[in-house]
Amino acid sequence: MRRPLVASLACGLAGLLLAGCGLSDVVAPDASVPGTTLPANFPAPVYALDANPPTPAAFALGRSLFYDPRLSRDGSVSCGSCHQQFVAFANADHRLSHGVNNRLGTRNAPALQNLRWKPDFFWDGGPKNIETLPLAPLTNPLEMDETLPRVLAKLNADPGYARRFAAVYGPGPIDSYQFLRALAQFTAALTSASSRYDKVVRGEGNAVLTAGEMRGRVLVAQKCASCHATDLFTDESFRNNGLSTSFGADSGRAHITGRTTDVGRFKVPSLRNVALTPPYMHDGRFATLLQVLAHYDHGVVASPTLDAALRPAGGPLGIPLTSTEQADIIAFLQTLTDDSFIHDARLAEQP
Amino acid sequence: MKRFSISALSCTFALAMLALTGCKKDVVVAAPPTVSLEFEQTVGADQLVLDTKTYNTLAGDQFRVSIFRQYISNIIFTKTDGSTYAVPDSYYLLDAAKPDNQHITLTGVPEGDYKGLTFTIGVDSLHNVSGTQKGALDVSNNMFWTWNSGYIFTKLEGSSPQSRTTALTFHVGGFKTPYNAVRTVSPAFPAGTTLLVRAGHTPEIHLNQDLLKMFSGPNTIRFGGTGSMIEIMSAGANAVQVANNYAAGMFTVEHIHAN
Repeated sequence: MRRPLVASLACGLAGLLLAGCGLSDVVAPDASVPGTTLPANFPAPVYALDANPPTPAAFALGRSLFYDPRLSRDGSVSCGSCHQQFVAFANADHRLSHGVNNRLGTRNAPALQNLRWKPDFFWDGGPKNIETLPLAPLTNPLEMDETLPRVLAKLNADPGYARRFAAVYGPGPIDSYQFLRALAQFTAALTSASSRYDKVVRGEGNAVLTAGEMRGRVLVAQKCASCHATDLFTDESFRNNGLSTSFGADSGRAHITGRTTDVGRFKVPSLRNVALTPPYMHDGRFATLLQVLAHYDHGVVASPTLDAALRPAGGPLGIPLTSTEQADIIAFLQTLTDDSFIHDARLAEQP
Repeated sequence: MKRFSISALSCTFALAMLALTGCKKDVVVAAPPTVSLEFEQTVGADQLVLDTKTYNTLAGDQFRVSIFRQYISNIIFTKTDGSTYAVPDSYYLLDAAKPDNQHITLTGVPEGDYKGLTFTIGVDSLHNVSGTQKGALDVSNNMFWTWNSGYIFTKLEGSSPQSRTTALTFHVGGFKTPYNAVRTVSPAFPAGTTLLVRAGHTPEIHLNQDLLKMFSGPNTIRFGGTGSMIEIMSAGANAVQVANNYAAGMFTVEHIHAN
C-alpha cells in the first residue's frame, strides 16, 4: 500500500503545481474516454496513453473541434466532412476529398482508425506525429484553406471554447499547443478493435467465423499478410502495388523523400472496416473489393519500384486468386467491420 | 497495476521537473551566474537592415532581405578541462525582425572556465517529430512544414533583380538522410579568451551571424543564369547545399564580455 500512497501524493502535489503553471492537462488517463483501453491483440501504440492522457473534458473539446466547420476558411468544411463515422471516418462515395468551395483534392481520404498506432500519416507518410498532422489539411488550399492564427482567433472569440479550454488547460488565450493537444484527444480515441474477428481472436462471447470466413482468414494470412500484417492489418510500410507504370499523377512516398526509389510507393492501408470504405487506393480508382482483388490477380503493372511481393519468380505479376478464393477473402474482410465503432455515440457529432 | 505505476512514475517525473524548473513567479534566485549570447546579423561587413538595404553576394548578385529567421538549439559549453555542459531544452528562434530574439540568457551554466561553445543550427531530428511544442518550437511561429513534418531551420525571404521572379525564398530544413540539413557548429573563441562563469557575474558572448555565408563557401549560389537557385521550399539537395554553406562560417565569436 505504501507505494501507491506515495505515488498518489506525488500525483496530487504535481497536479496542484501544474495547475498553478497552467499545465493541468497532465493527468492520469480516464477509462470513460473511448480508446483508453488498449486492445489485447494489438502491438504497443506509438502514441502512448500517457503522451496525452485522455480526460472526458479534453476529449469532448477535441470532438467539438473535429466537427467544427469554423476550422475551414469559409466555415464550410470540418474534419468530419471528409471523415464520416458511418464509414469508419473515411469519405463515402468520394474518390477524392472535397475542400472549401468544393475544390477537389488529390487523394482519397483514408479511414481514421487506430491512429494511436501509426508512426506516420497520409498516403505518403508526410506528417509524422498525430498532434501536428491536422495542420496539413487545415492549411491545404484544396482542403480547409485556413491559417493557424485565424483558427486560434476564431476559437478565442468563442466564449464557449474559451471557457472549456480554460477548464482543461488553465487560464489564458487558447494557443496552438492547446488546440492541437485537444484535437489529438479525439483522433487518438478512434480505436476500432471490436469486430467479430477481434472477438474470435480474443475469445470474447461466443463469436465464431463461418467456414468460408475461416478459409478467407487463412488466405489473407498466406497471401496478404506480408503487407497487411498484425492485427492492425498493416505493416505501415510504403509499397508500390502496381497501379501505374510511371506514377506521373502522384509519385506517392517520393513526394516526401525526394528519392526515385520511392516513386509509386504508398502507405499500406489497414484492412479493418475495409468493407465500409470504398472507393479504394490512394486515387479511389476501385469501387469494390472485388475490383481490388481482380487488380491483384491480373491487373498489376510493372515499374521499377513494383513491390517484390507482387513479382513472384517465374510467375505472372500479382497474386493469383481464384474466384472462390476471392469470395472467401471478401467474406473474411467483412468480419473486420466494427459496428460498435461506427455506432459509438461518443464519437459522433454532438447536438 | 502496471498502468498505475507508469502514471505514478510520470507524475513523479513531472514533480521532479517542477522542482527543478518551478513556476517563474515562485522562484527566488540567489544571484546565480548567467551567460548571455548576443547575436548580431550582418551581411558581410554591413549590418542587416530588413527591406530597404541592397547587398551584394560575393559572386556579385544583388539582393534585399525581408525575413530572416533561424533556429539555434542544443547549446553546449566546453570547459578548459574538456568536460561539457549541455544546456537543457535549449531551443531558440533568432528573428531579425525581433531585436528581443537576438539575446539568449542562460541560467544554470555551472561555474567554471570555458574554452568553447557548440550549438546546432536548426532542430534535432527528435524534436522535428515530437508533436506540438511550446516556446520557440510553437508551430505558430510559421517555421513548420505541415505536409511533410519538420521545422524550417533557416528562413530567408527577399528579392533580387537577378531572380527571374525577382523573389528569393530560401526555406532550409530536413532531418532525414540523404537530405539532413541539421548542422552543428563550434565557432572558436578569440585566441587566448576564456569564458569565466562565476556567481554574481553575467558574461556575454557576442556572435556575428553573416547572411552572406548562405550563398558562398563550399557552394556558390547564384540568383540568375544557368544553375541559379532562388527558391527552396522543402528538404532536398539544395537545402543541404545552403546548410553546408552556413555551417562553414556563418557564425563567428566576435568577443566575450567578462562582466
